[in-house]
Amino acid sequence: MGAGSMNITSENKTNAHVAVFEFEGRPAAPIKREVKISVPGKIAIAIVLFWVAMCFVGPLVAPYREADIVADQTFAPAGESCSPFRKGVCSFHLLGTDYLGRDVFSRVLYGSRTTMGISVAATLLAYVIGVTFGITAAIRGPKLDMVLSRINDVFISIPSIMLGLVVIAAVGTSIPILIVTAGAIYSTTVFRLSRAFAMDVMVTDFVEAARARGEGLWWMLYREILPNIVMPLATDFGIRLIYIVLFIASLSFLGLGVQPPVADWGGLVRENIQGIAYASWAPIAPALAISSLTISINLIVDEMSAKSGGKLAKSLLK
Amino acid sequence: MIHRMIIKRIGIGLLILVAVSMLLFAATEILPGDLAQIRLGQEATPETLNALRKQLGLDRPATIRYFEWFIRMCRLDPGESLFKEGGMAGAQTVRELIADRLQNTLLLSCIVAGIAVPIALILGLLAAMFPTSIYDRTITFVTMCLMSVPDFFLATVLILVFTVSLGWLPSIVTVTSYKSVGHMLYVLALPIVTLCLKIFGQIARMTRAAVLNVMSSPYIEMAILKGLPRKYIILKHALPNVISPIVNVIAICIAYLVSGVVIVEAIFGFPGIANLMVNSVHGRDMPVVQACGMIICTAYVLFILAADILSILSNPRLRHPK
Repeated sequence: MGAGSMNITSENKTNAHVAVFEFEGRPAAPIKREVKISVPGKIAIAIVLFWVAMCFVGPLVAPYREADIVADQTFAPAGESCSPFRKGVCSFHLLGTDYLGRDVFSRVLYGSRTTMGISVAATLLAYVIGVTFGITAAIRGPKLDMVLSRINDVFISIPSIMLGLVVIAAVGTSIPILIVTAGAIYSTTVFRLSRAFAMDVMVTDFVEAARARGEGLWWMLYREILPNIVMPLATDFGIRLIYIVLFIASLSFLGLGVQPPVADWGGLVRENIQGIAYASWAPIAPALAISSLTISINLIVDEMSAKSGGKLAKSLLK
Repeated sequence: MIHRMIIKRIGIGLLILVAVSMLLFAATEILPGDLAQIRLGQEATPETLNALRKQLGLDRPATIRYFEWFIRMCRLDPGESLFKEGGMAGAQTVRELIADRLQNTLLLSCIVAGIAVPIALILGLLAAMFPTSIYDRTITFVTMCLMSVPDFFLATVLILVFTVSLGWLPSIVTVTSYKSVGHMLYVLALPIVTLCLKIFGQIARMTRAAVLNVMSSPYIEMAILKGLPRKYIILKHALPNVISPIVNVIAICIAYLVSGVVIVEAIFGFPGIANLMVNSVHGRDMPVVQACGMIICTAYVLFILAADILSILSNPRLRHPK
């Protein structure tokens, strides 16, 4: 809609003789879509960018290596930590040390890579599976749609953490298994959404026109359907990413996700949970890291869906 | 018509349960190595393996074993655990393992639902009554934060504040014999608060959205334009149409509670069914995993089913078909 009125105005500007569209009291056309981001939105974007950057440069910035035991004192408070056994041996730890005397700050930085890497990979997988089947169901007639939707209904009516536990009980745990499991589990919601969006598009006039022109399957997919469902799905991508981060973190927290010594935010909380008693940063810092990431993504999604008229937000609530 | 809808919905619910049971059973079948191998572990020799397989009936086809297992599940007798626990002679039956823990989990969930649902409903309704006010924005933001943080973060912070700093509440909940209601609430306080905070966000947010959705519909606008008093609009026009989505929200959130309890039980060491399931997953004790999974999934499916039926029943448009 916005693009249409934009064309008309630009035409008016360049070709003055096309006066057809000029009339008195014409409402100002939305020439440029103004992108205004609220302050919390900006902070959220900064936090997400920070963690994304840490995924790439974290190991370079981190003061110590992931699995190195660097201090004699376990659960040391933030700041300078001096060895109780060796005189004069001190080291600085921004967030203290963990249950083995490793640097918490470094481990959290390393953990960003594991947690976000797995989550993003799983979300992408969920999208590939979900969108492919969702659009297929919408295009390929009611019979296939019926079958796919019923299968989907079964998977969607099992709590995701239960499915995860059962799969891990059966096949064990490793990073590829985590990615595939999370991707498969969350593809159910993506399937439902993309099927619903694609169904909406399938009944529009332009799709009918394309059909009448005799366009093939790929044209329909790439030129008619995908462009129209990409925006709402992009917003959902954020939501799905949050769920998957929480899912992976929960499994790791239960000791069934990423295995030590690889640092992963959920796992970091688990291994350092005893540190709560010493008010150590070790269990709090990774938990804070997850929370800052998920809350920020949520804020950005809110910002995006507020821009797209809130219609999407409603459809997501179902 | 309404009866047919409900019966159809119940039918779908039952079908889903059967499908879930197939999935849970299939999970054991794709195991690398079978139950006999897990049970024997290091002591496995070809002879003992074969003997145990015969004893457990693993030499028969999977479909037959599935039906046997399914029938046993329906008769609430899910068989034996793979491992001995607490030095007892012979394997423990899954039923013994589950019985007490199921009670604990049910108790915890009921208390949480009883506390969280009314408060969250009121908060959500208030937020919807005064949209875009400071109160509304605070509620929206806080609930959003509560929903997007991991359960164990809430639990960790609560323990840090109430156990470590203030020393008021116990952080490990292993006691299950309570002296009085007050003692029970004291022991269970932290798990209850953690779960409540988690559910609050969901219910308050969805209630607010549901009410705002109805309040922005054309017939409410019409009622406002007619000059009806505000109270009348809310009670007579909006409320009947809001009940259905809200009932739906509550049932969905209680269903969510069923799975949300996993993390909370783990962190507080609460002797509940979800904790049992997690421990069994660690030990790959498949009969227990299957039974716990089946119970939790059944509860979940039933609550979702209840949500759908209640929303059919409370939808005025379906109750009075044209």
